[in-house]
Parts: sequence; structure tokens; C-alpha cells
Amino acid sequence: MRGRGDLKGSATRLGLMALPVAFFGVFFAWPVVSIVDRGLRPDGVWRFGRIGETLSRPDVLDVLGFTVWQALASTGLTLLVALPGAYVFARFDFPGKGVLRAVVTVPFVLPTVLVGTAFLAVVGRGGLTDELWGLRLDTSVWAILLAHVFFNYAVVIRTVGGLWSQLDPRQEEAARVLGASRWTAWRTVTLPALVPAVSAAALMVFLFTFTSFGVVQILGGDAYSTLEAEIYRQTARLLDLRTAAVLTLVQFAAVGAILAVHARTVRRRETALRLVPPETTARRPRGIGQWALLAGVLVSVALLILLPLGVLVERSFAGPHGYGLGYYRALGSLDESGTFLVPPLEAIGNSLRYAVAATAIAVLIGGLAAAALTRRAGRLVRGFDALLMLPLGVSAVTVGFGFLITLDEPPFDLRASWILVPLAQALVGVPFVVRTMLPVLRAVDERLREAAAVLGASPWRAWREVDLPLVRRALLIAAGFAFAVSLGEFGATVFIARPDSPTLPVAVARLLGRPGELNYGQAMALSTILMVVCAVSLLLLERLRTERTSGEF
Amino acid sequence: MLSIQEATVRFGERAALDAVDLEVAEHEIVCVLGPSGSGKSTLLRVVAGLQALDGGRVLLGGADQAGVPVHRRGVGLMFQDHQLFPQRDVGGNIAFGPRMRGAAKAEQAERVRELLDLVGLPGAERRSVSALSGGEQQRVALARALAPRPRLLMLDEPLGQLDRGLRERLVVELRQLFGRLGTTVLAVTHDQGEAFALADRVVVMRDGRIAQSGAPVEVWSRPASEFVARFLGFDNVVAARVAGTAAETAWGKVPVPEGSPQGERRLLVRPGGVRLLPATPSVSPASPEWTVESRTFRGDRVAVRLRPADGPPLEAEFPLSEAPEEGARVDVGFAVEDVVVLGD
Repeated sequence: MRGRGDLKGSATRLGLMALPVAFFGVFFAWPVVSIVDRGLRPDGVWRFGRIGETLSRPDVLDVLGFTVWQALASTGLTLLVALPGAYVFARFDFPGKGVLRAVVTVPFVLPTVLVGTAFLAVVGRGGLTDELWGLRLDTSVWAILLAHVFFNYAVVIRTVGGLWSQLDPRQEEAARVLGASRWTAWRTVTLPALVPAVSAAALMVFLFTFTSFGVVQILGGDAYSTLEAEIYRQTARLLDLRTAAVLTLVQFAAVGAILAVHARTVRRRETALRLVPPETTARRPRGIGQWALLAGVLVSVALLILLPLGVLVERSFAGPHGYGLGYYRALGSLDESGTFLVPPLEAIGNSLRYAVAATAIAVLIGGLAAAALTRRAGRLVRGFDALLMLPLGVSAVTVGFGFLITLDEPPFDLRASWILVPLAQALVGVPFVVRTMLPVLRAVDERLREAAAVLGASPWRAWREVDLPLVRRALLIAAGFAFAVSLGEFGATVFIARPDSPTLPVAVARLLGRPGELNYGQAMALSTILMVVCAVSLLLLERLRTERTSGEF
Repeated sequence: MLSIQEATVRFGERAALDAVDLEVAEHEIVCVLGPSGSGKSTLLRVVAGLQALDGGRVLLGGADQAGVPVHRRGVGLMFQDHQLFPQRDVGGNIAFGPRMRGAAKAEQAERVRELLDLVGLPGAERRSVSALSGGEQQRVALARALAPRPRLLMLDEPLGQLDRGLRERLVVELRQLFGRLGTTVLAVTHDQGEAFALADRVVVMRDGRIAQSGAPVEVWSRPASEFVARFLGFDNVVAARVAGTAAETAWGKVPVPEGSPQGERRLLVRPGGVRLLPATPSVSPASPEWTVESRTFRGDRVAVRLRPADGPPLEAEFPLSEAPEEGARVDVGFAVEDVVVLGD
């Protein structure tokens, strides 16, 4: 029934998918399978009974229940707080918008351990609110939820706001003219167009909070534990690979189920959208309502994001004898405790180098995958789509540990190679690249490509001439995401980074793990440096974006 | 130049193209006319290579195009809604084709300038395409399609979205332009006025098949079938029994041209071919009595709807001075040159 052209299209798609599939096979599936294998087949015999045994333990059930509940609550809360923000960033022009966009992205790249610590400094014992009003939240689940909002605000802003800023406002105007109220027009025209992006964002937030580790570790104490924290505890502390393997499988299955549901809803709603340059859609706020909205968003950003970061910076300067650079100076030298083999400052160079490599890998693999997935087709392709999201749901701890036990022998003897760290980080970056690029790629009108083809552009040339300029923005956002994720990645890196070349988050965690004010202050100082590195990179990205695009539009 | 042979495209059970044969000669302007869903756009997509054939073949300059990808066919296609590249300015859009063919920068700029002059938008190179009016977009789309000097230019509803005055002006401009350039053109449209004004030859399509093909005047004066007649806007179609040069119909006895098909047929009377007869009782005992049902003023002419005592209504056109009043009773006759016996 189908013509020759379709066959050729499938062949191209399969070709594009080959590299991503190989990448995921070697660097994701194999390590994870190995870990599960060790847990469930300790002596060459499968022990599936262990799954049932483990899952009927009340403590495990408690962990499961709490994991789901807090993930749902965090996602809802994040959307509630961040969607107005996405609107403001997409539709309003105001001074300092670029800086602010970079600022709200900073939390996302901070090591989760650090986010926990920053919140502890604000709402914990002896924290800011405790000092001012005697209010402590570290014993309640609110601290975890707030930290999750802090952490994931940027996900919603970037994913939803990115698309929103490119939606043609005239569509809504058309609805208004047809008799729809402002609210009805938004609900019937803009909202459906945003649904894929909102679902993508919600899914990401849910996955992050579902697998939350560092935040829960710090703020949850013994009272609250998520699956991921439990896997870490079982693997690293109790060396109980059996329970860890079962929990990994549970997490895997849960994430698979969520992804399947998500894929269904998104597929049903995705349509070719009318995209316009974002520069044409943003304007100054008008009227009291819009100014109030802008003000509200700015206040929420200030309270939720700037305050914890501010407290963090303040602590990095607050030495025992008043404010000073003491902690920063200490970073440049080796202390006697043997915590580090190299001065902690070297971690900056390591982190940047790893993150650049990881970004390159993630953009290559994710870009190929997104190109292959642009045209919706076939069960195979859809399965691939879901597969790409799995690294977000599978425990980073498992992946990191799996790397160590699988990639230490030929043909992949990479244990001694520096590339191991970027590979693990890229694994988490790829889903971002795909998720950010796919909605935009799919929204490109097929007939524009046809127009280019008729004018003599080969398929590759048509992609470069038509798709690339339209998705360049998305590509840069994706690269920024991948870079940020790589900088902040902790769960896997902590297992595989070599002692003589730690990354910033790993160094911070090591410092936090040692007692004493000096270590704590140094951790704060190093975190501040990490924050600045992220902020500078993101600002550069913002600039790059406007420079490149201003010529185009 | 272009030869389409037995071209077949199926979408599921439905044949969008059903063994279509079509030839377009060098420098010829062919216009495919048909209602929406008749397969005319599919025809263009097949020639461009955007739609794979399920059967038959497409030859360009004698060479079979099977396996030749879209970008190597060297044809131009102007899309219905233009599909200008939003991220490029006017010059960037027009230079796209030459650039794909590796033209040098200076050559591209020269070509852009030349084409903008040609379509009447000199100096518009740096304008953004989103700031163009509908007519300007249409001109830019045309310039873009012409820029790589395609051996065959295809137009999909070229003037579809424009207002009437602009359309009538542009269609004349287009015809002059194509004549001057010697462009071979295959256009599709659902607007007969556009087709007749533009084309050397008109091809009427129905349900994936060609219903009639011929010079505009030929198609206009001799519609091959009731479908073509009705599509061209002729509603005066009636069942007839043709014998020699006369036909028996519900409208009475109608003269038919010599050599018309005989027997049970459908018969078309063009509105201009209806004549008022002086009401002399001797003339028409056999012909029915007509009542003027409605009267529509059309400028120099008046369209009159006549209702016989028994049978379908008849549309007639009269000069203003001769038009009967509404409700009047009249007798009519038929001019043989405006009567057509239709095929199946």
C-alpha cells in the first residue's frame, strides 16, 4: 500500500537511530542489567522470589508510598508556581529578563546535596526562618517539596516558556474575535497547544522528584526516604545488592509505566503548531493585572530561588572571625586530612572539561534521535521514544555502580579513561535534548521541507536550511540543559570520578561529608564557585542565542 | 516536455489518481481544473516527486522520473499558501533555489534583483516575508519558484487566497509573463475563470480521472459531460431524446447542431442561447408556457429564471432592455449554437 518513498524514509530513520541505540545499549542497558543480574542471580540461578519477599516488607512499602506521594505533590506545586512564570518569561518584555532567565536555571544545575543544604540553611535548625520567627520546616515534608520546586522551576520555564514564546498570539486573537472571552480563548487555543510541552515538563519534574536523592537525604532525615535514597543506602552502606536490585526494578517499572501513559497523551495532542519568532510575541506588560502578575512572579523567584542562593553565598564568606575570603583561599591548597588528592579548586577545570564533552555527546546522540523521531510512525519508533526517557527514571546510583562493574574489561575498558564521566553525564543529558527539540521539530510544517526539496535541496540540505534555523533556539536550549545537567550530575559521577579528578559536586559532597566549620565553609565556597560557573555559562548561552538569532529574524 | 502515463495513487481504498494520462508540451500552459478532492493537487505532487506513485510513470523531457528524488527533478512548485521560509527575508527566499544549485553570491544577488523586477517588487530584498501582503507574498513565491529556472513550473491554486480584483489583474500578468519567458506551466485551480484566463489548454478532473481536456474555448463551448457542464456553472441540463437536428425535452423541442450524438441524451442550453419569442399563439401550441420566476440584475445583462408548467427550471440571460418582468408569462426558443448534446 505504501509507496517507495516511505520505505526509504524508514531506512533513513533506522540509520539515524543506530548510533543512539548503540549508545544506550552499551552505556545504559548493559550496566543496569549487570547490576540487576548480580542482585537476582547471585550464583547462576535466578531468584525471582526475592522480588515478592522484598516488596512485601512494610518498610519498603512505606518508601514506595512516600516516593509516589511526594513526587505528585512536588510536580503539582512546581506547575502551580512555575506556569505563571513561564507565561511572564514568554510574553513579557522587561529589563533584566535574560539575567533572570539564567538565574532561575542555576538551581537546576546545583548538586542536589547542595540544594538540600541551602534549604536547611533557610528553613532548618538555626536557619534564617528559625532565627527570625522560630519557624522550622526541616522536620516536615514541606522542606522537601519547596526544595523540589526550587530545583525544578527552570524545567517548566524552559520547556513550556520556550514553546509559549513561539506561539502566534494571533491565534488567540482570532478566537477572541470569534467571541471567546480572554480566558476561553486561552483555554481553547493556547492551552491545547501548550499541553505537549506542559506534559513534557510535568513528566520531567515527576521523574526528578520520583528519583530524588540528595534533597531527600539532607532534608528527609530518617523520617522520609525515596526509592533512590533507599537504593543508595542498600548499595553503598549495607552492600545489600539484592534489595537494591529489586528496588531498581520497581523504579524502572514505575518509570516505564509513567512514560507509556505520557507517550499516549502527548501523541494524541501533538499537532503542527504555527510558530513565530519569540521576539515578536513578547511585549511590555500592560494594565494593573499584568504588572501584578510580573511582580508576583518576581517575588516568588526572589523568595524561592534567590533567598536560598543568597544564604548560600553569605555563608561562604561568613568565616569564624567575620566576613572574608578565608574559605576560598583554603580551596587552593591541600589540607592534611587527606580528603583530597588535589586542591579542590582543580575541580572547576575538571567539571568544565567533562561538561563540554558530555554536552557534545548528548547533543549528537539526542539530536540524531530527535531527527529520527520527528515523523511519527511505527511502533518501533515509539518504543525508541520511550526508551530515551528511561535514563531519567533509572537510578543514577545504579548506573554509576553498573559502569564500574561492566566497563572495566575489553572491549570497553574505560575505567581508567576520563571519558567515562562525560558518558555517564551525557546519558542524563540526552533525554533533555530530545524532549526539548522534538516538540519544535514536529511543529515545523512538512510543506516547508517540501518547498525546499522542490527548489533543489537534498533531504539533508533541507533539514539544515529549514529545520535547523527554526530549531536552532531549541538546540541551544537543549545544549544548555545538557551542559547544566552534566555540571550538576552527582549520583553516577560520585561512583566513577577518579579521586585525583573530582567534579565540583563531588568535591562539595566530600567537603560536606567531613565535620568541622572549615569544611562546611569550603563546601559553601566551592558551591558558590559552581553557581558562578553555571551562571556565566548560561549567560553566555543567552547571549549566543540572541546574537545568532537576531540575524535570522 | 512532461508526460504522465497511467499515473495511479491510492490512499487506502480511494484512488486519488486513477490511471491518469497527461502530456504537457514545451512552452505550453496547462491548467488542471476540478473540485476539491478531484486529485489535482496529488497530480502536482506526483510530478514533483513529493508523492510516490502506486502505478504508472512520470517522464520529464523523455526521462522516467522513478527514483529521481524531489530535489533533482528540476521542477518548480508554487505552493497553495506559498510556504515562504519565515526565517529568511525576501531575498533569502528567492536566492534559495540558485543557492542549492551552487550559484555564486554575486550571481544569486543578480538573479534576485532580476526576479524582483520581473514580479514588480524591485528593491524588496531585505524585507521580512511576514511583513508582506497576500499579493506580495504571492509574487515572492512566484519569484522563488522561477529563480532556479525550472524546466516546468507548477502552480497549486496560484491565486487562491487573493481578492478578486487582484486575482483578475495577476492572472493577466502571469499569462504575459509566462508567454515572455516561454515557461512551461502546469497549474491547478478550482476556479474556472482563472483557468480559462491563464491556460492554453484546460484539463478538467473528476474523482482522480480526466473528464475533459482541450482549449479553453473548446471546453467552454462543448463540455464533454454533464459533470463538466455543471462544474463550469451551467445548470441548464435536461434529459432529451435526440433525433437528427432536433431534440424532445421537457422544455419543448430544441434544435441541436448537426452531427450531435443521437438517442437518449442529456442536453445543455447555455443561458445566452434562450430567445424570447413574440407571444403569437400560432408558434407554440407544442411548447410549454413559461413563467418568469426571478430576475437578477447582472450589470449589462439580466439573468432570468424561467419555470415551465412541468419540468426543471431554465436559466436565461437577456439584455436589460429585453428582460421580462417577474411573474410575466413568456414563450421562448433556442439558438442552436448555444445547445450542446452532452456525452456520458
